[in-house]
Amino acid sequence: MKRVGEVQSSNYLLAKFHDLVDWAVNSSRANSLWPMPFGIACCAIEFMATAASRFDFARFGMERQAFSPRQADVLICAGRLPFKLAPVIRRIYDQMPQPKWVISMGACASTGGIFDNYSMVQGIDTIVPVDVYVPGCPPRPEGLLYGILLLHKKIKGESLFDAVRRRDEQPLDERGLRLPPETIDEISEPFGNSVHQFRSS
Amino acid sequence: MIPGALREAVARDGETIVYVPRERLLEVMTWLKETPGQEFDYLVDVTAVEYRDRERPLEVVYFLRSLKRRADIRVKVELQASEELSVDSVWGLWRGADWLEREVFDMFGVTFRGHPDLRRILMWETYAEGYPLRKSFPLRGRFSRAEQVRQALNANPEAHYSLEELSIADAAGDLPDEMRDRLRRGERGVIPEPPSSSP
Repeated sequence: MKRVGEVQSSNYLLAKFHDLVDWAVNSSRANSLWPMPFGIACCAIEFMATAASRFDFARFGMERQAFSPRQADVLICAGRLPFKLAPVIRRIYDQMPQPKWVISMGACASTGGIFDNYSMVQGIDTIVPVDVYVPGCPPRPEGLLYGILLLHKKIKGESLFDAVRRRDEQPLDERGLRLPPETIDEISEPFGNSVHQFRSS
Repeated sequence: MIPGALREAVARDGETIVYVPRERLLEVMTWLKETPGQEFDYLVDVTAVEYRDRERPLEVVYFLRSLKRRADIRVKVELQASEELSVDSVWGLWRGADWLEREVFDMFGVTFRGHPDLRRILMWETYAEGYPLRKSFPLRGRFSRAEQVRQALNANPEAHYSLEELSIADAAGDLPDEMRDRLRRGERGVIPEPPSSSP
C-alpha cells in the first residue's frame, strides 16, 4: 500500500480516499488539541510550567487552554483524585464533546500513588477512560510533553472508517460504574510498601 | 479561677495544658475568654487525639491564644470511649469554632452540643463508612474499592451545598426552575446502606 502523501512523480499524488480523509482529520485534531486542565495537586505546578514560556506546549497546538469542558479536547488530570472529586471529573468528562482524550498525569492520578487510603481514587481509569499515563511524582514538563506527543501519535492512528480504532462514547453502566466491580477491586490492590498495611484493623 | 473546674494542670516546656471535666468546659472557656488578665480572645484550633492505648480516653484539644498578652494555653477535655462522645460547642464564644468543630465531628465523630450546623466538612455528607481518624477505622476504609467508587460516582456533587452557601444565593431568581427547586429542597442525598459483602 502506498503511504499517504507519497509523491510518485512531480505531477500527481496517489492515496486511498479513506487514508486521505483520516490524514486530514487526524492531523487537524492532533495538532490543535485544546487541553482542559484539571489541576488538583502538585502535578498542576509542573503542568503550569509545561504551559509557560520555557517549555510552552503551545508549540504543539495547545495554544488555548479551555477552562470550559465544552471547548476542550483533552482532559489532563494533574494530581491525586479524592473520591469527593470523582463525580466532578466524571461530569467534566461527560460534558466534553467527542472526540475527547484523557491524560493521567503523575503517579497519583494513574494509580493512587502513595495515597493508598480511604479517601483517594486508586487510578482515575476507574472513573474515566485514560489514553496516556504519564509517570512521575510529579513528572517533569518534558515528561508531560512526551505524553502529549504520544497522544498525538495515538490520534494519528485513529480512523473515521474503522469502528475498532475509533473511540466511542463510554457511558457509565446501570450501577453507575465504568468498569465491573471485580476489575476495580483488582486494579486497586495495594502495591509496594502498602501491601504491609492491613485492610481491617 | 472557678473552684473544682480543673482536673489537672500541666506546665511543661513553657506550655500550659489544663484538663477540664466536660461538664465545666463552657464555664471555663467563658472565664478564660472574658476575665481581665486572661483574655484568650483567639481560638487557634480545635482538634482531637485518640491514643493507641485503648484504656486512654479520647481527648478534644482547644488551642487558645491571647493576642493582647501574647500567651497560649491548651485546654483538653477527656471523653471516655464507653460513654457518648459529646462536648458543648464553643461556637458561642468564638465564631471560628464553626468549621473546626465540624472537622472534629467529621473525623472523630465527636458531637458538639449547641453547634449551629454540625455536618461533615471534609468528607461528603452522605459518607457512610464512619469516622476516618478513629483508631478502629481501617486505613483503606470499610467498603471495597469498587463499592467506594460506586458510591462516589453516584454522589451528586452539587447536593452538598445549601442555597446560602452557594454564592449564587442572591441570583436565585435567575436560576433554572429545576435547579432552584433542588437547591430549595436542600437535597443532600441519603446515606447509603453498607453493602452486604463489605469485608
